[in-house]
Amino acid sequence: MKIVLNGEPREVAAETLTALLDECGFSGRVATAVNEDFVPSSLRAGHRLNDGDRVEVLAPMQGG
Amino acid sequence: MRTFYGTELSNPLMLGTAQYPSPAILEQAFRDSGAGVATVSLRREGGAGQTFWQMIQDLGVLILPNTAGCHTVKEAVTTAHMAREVFDTKWIKLELIGHTDSLQPDVFQLVEAARILTEDGFQVFPYTTDDLIVGERLLEAGCEVLMPWGAPIGSGRGLNNEYALRAMRAEFPDVPLVVDAGIGLPSHASHAMELGYDAVLLNTAVARAGEPQLMAKAMALAVEAGRLAHEADPIEARDMAEASTPVIGKAFLS
Repeated sequence: MKIVLNGEPREVAAETLTALLDECGFSGRVATAVNEDFVPSSLRAGHRLNDGDRVEVLAPMQGG
Repeated sequence: MRTFYGTELSNPLMLGTAQYPSPAILEQAFRDSGAGVATVSLRREGGAGQTFWQMIQDLGVLILPNTAGCHTVKEAVTTAHMAREVFDTKWIKLELIGHTDSLQPDVFQLVEAARILTEDGFQVFPYTTDDLIVGERLLEAGCEVLMPWGAPIGSGRGLNNEYALRAMRAEFPDVPLVVDAGIGLPSHASHAMELGYDAVLLNTAVARAGEPQLMAKAMALAVEAGRLAHEADPIEARDMAEASTPVIGKAFLS
């Protein structure tokens, strides 16, 4: 299906958020949001993706 | 010493982690200054996030994630939730930007977001203006710390409105107050502490200095000097001279 991952259009096989993170090589400390709503890590496995979803995967970064 | 949501800081310097020439210099700046708190952010994972996370953990300081760049309540609240999970802390430096050029906080949205986040169990450090009524509203919303700006973020102008910051200190004697943003020089940081502020949060002044480690050290000494000066109860300024050397006993020689 087609999704938008961190602002980039992607064609992915994953059907859940956990599978998407695996497929795209994300590991370690990340936080996720789908269609502008936070999805806690505990709910990722059960979170099914839909065509056109906008997924954000965020990580620790420098800040002021 | 006032505590921040029950936590006493080892050092009243809160230091940002952005804009350093290299990770090694960032690390050295923290070591040389002894800063007690590091501000951090969340951004799209491009591969560098995990290394940064490891380095921040190794610094052994308290972590204060921010919501930098958020312009709406919804965006800030969602970012805060994501930060809580990633950084494993209830602390959040709540930034709600209202103006593109000055990065002035949108205080109306700030109060609303602060209320929502407090109800969700966060411990909110609101980046606000020096407006007393906004301060009151933030406290009513559940904030136990206020962080008024000294000047616009990154401007290095120092304390633009000393009168307002002084009034804020007087109005909220028991609330931990932090001057956040606008500091350019150690004298600015010291000034904030002399007014009785509990901490100073800065980033650009250190990170963009020619020698960030040196400036970090200078800032640490300045906040300590300012803190001691405040405790020492400084004299009032006066318009005319007042001789400090005794007049009595002066020889008659003319």
